[in-house]
Amino acid sequence: MLAQIEGSRAVAETVALCRPEVVCAYPISPQTHIIEAVGVMVKEGRLAPCEFINVESEFAAMSVAIGASATGARAYTATASQGLLYMIEAVYNAAGLGLPIVMTLANRAIGAPINIWNDHSDAMAVRDSGWIQLFAETNQEAADLHVQAFRLAEELSVPVMVCMDGFILTHAFEGVDLLEQSFVDSFLAPYDPRQVLDVDHPVSIGAMVGPEAFEEVRYLAHLRQLEALERIPAIAAEFTAATGRHSGGLIHSYRAEDATTIVVAMGSVLGTIKDAVDIRREAGESIGVVGITSFRPFPSAQVREALGHASQVVVIEKAFSIGHGGILATDVAMALRGSDCVIREVVAGLGGRPITRQSLERLFYRVEQGEVESLLFLDLDVDVVNREVERMRSTRHSGPSAENVLRDLGEPRVGQVS
Amino acid sequence: MFQVRIHGRGGQGVVTAAEILSVVAFDEGRQAQAFPSFGSERTGAPVVSYCRIDDREIRTREPVMAPDAVIVQDVTLINQVDLFAGLSPVGFVLINTSRSFEELGLADLYSRFARAHLATCPATDIALEHVGRPLPNAALLGAFAALTGEVSLDAVRTAIRDRFAGRVGERNADAACASFDIITAWREEAARVGAD
Repeated sequence: MLAQIEGSRAVAETVALCRPEVVCAYPISPQTHIIEAVGVMVKEGRLAPCEFINVESEFAAMSVAIGASATGARAYTATASQGLLYMIEAVYNAAGLGLPIVMTLANRAIGAPINIWNDHSDAMAVRDSGWIQLFAETNQEAADLHVQAFRLAEELSVPVMVCMDGFILTHAFEGVDLLEQSFVDSFLAPYDPRQVLDVDHPVSIGAMVGPEAFEEVRYLAHLRQLEALERIPAIAAEFTAATGRHSGGLIHSYRAEDATTIVVAMGSVLGTIKDAVDIRREAGESIGVVGITSFRPFPSAQVREALGHASQVVVIEKAFSIGHGGILATDVAMALRGSDCVIREVVAGLGGRPITRQSLERLFYRVEQGEVESLLFLDLDVDVVNREVERMRSTRHSGPSAENVLRDLGEPRVGQVS
Repeated sequence: MFQVRIHGRGGQGVVTAAEILSVVAFDEGRQAQAFPSFGSERTGAPVVSYCRIDDREIRTREPVMAPDAVIVQDVTLINQVDLFAGLSPVGFVLINTSRSFEELGLADLYSRFARAHLATCPATDIALEHVGRPLPNAALLGAFAALTGEVSLDAVRTAIRDRFAGRVGERNADAACASFDIITAWREEAARVGAD
């Protein structure tokens, strides 16, 4: 049923259709609305049988999810930013133990300086944890991905993280076609765990593994992710056949087939990028977009096939590896190794800075003119940076940079449009 | 695409107003997107929300920087925030106040925008009268419908009733109706004076 609802609400409704048996979470912006809505559904009995467990921290949330999953329950949680970091040890454990937990990550920047707005730093911080990471472009895709995530997770015994841009998607009202319970029930069979803690059939899960077997166990996890490269598009195709919607899969191409310049990005910014690309196309540029839906596993072969014919690739990402550069760009470069394709890394939208169509159009124009260096920070206020660099150079006791920059900018801009 | 930017303060229902407006447009068979300027939703802090309405898929996620209409829920923001930044030359302005543009020191807007597109509405007073609380958002949506014609009053009333259950919804829908009538009467009067 098509409804004009908040993204968080759409995700909560869809998660409920997946019949999780245990939901545990600790509130953190911008994830809160999702968990509140699921909590209400459990309390009202709309989602049953399901136990909603209030926990004292994110570490406890993931630990409860691990316990629930290990005893054979379908387990769900959601978090963001510092919350994800607080549970990170358990995040690695969930993957290492092969427990098919599904978690929504309402992507948000990581402090310090504290910042509640959107970027992808949190997802990148657990990039190597062994979780599958799927990025949603719209609220429709965010909702749909959860059904596919449970299916994928349980088929492979691997946890799946559905990443959706905090606030930009979680708090946006837009049309979302919610799935029917009958469809979800047919698409997602009841959870049949490969391993389960059962007093009648005792097993041990999580034993110590020494040098004699650790590499093999890790390699098996890698094999499961490689298998996911097959299963993600297969599950998405099945979903498309039933719903007509192209949610999920490994990558999405837009006007890229004949493009000599291709923009690569993840998440909700793809919409604004498509608008900018349409305008540059009208101006005669040969430009297209490839959106990465599956960041882990990284679909190197598909990325290479989609980008291989381009002469340059512009990777726009909402996170970067400090002291190095683009993270997604590094993966794209690896996928393209051996080709002549030039890669431009563009860091944008950090800490919720709006990525505007105008900035993107200007960027694409400059790329076309050959004016963009290999690593560019979009809309960076170089003057502000230089003034702080100068303060640090001239004064040993220059104080905290974040506060200096805020003072430099003047009055707080809260409520300001741009 | 028709883009709306709503300015107010935390606690005045600024975000809710944009959400309801998006539902109104959706109910009328159009595509719509509403979202807040995030993070400053503390009581009393300046808050901005956005709503886009179109007949085709809305893909952009950027804040509304070139609005077709600006709704000001709190007149004390006038000297604090650049309320009319980027407003289309044929755009609309709707301010919650019982004062005139001249009294607010905004007479210069008359030289930048069409007079018939510049309206004030005592939405807080209307809300106090109908709802009993100083929440101007529903009343302003009725005024918006009358001023812009972008959405119908019926759809506004329906969406308000859907959002707020029972008597609260009814009373807010009444407030929307009252301000719709005020703006409609003002427009008719302006048209009559203009015709004379």
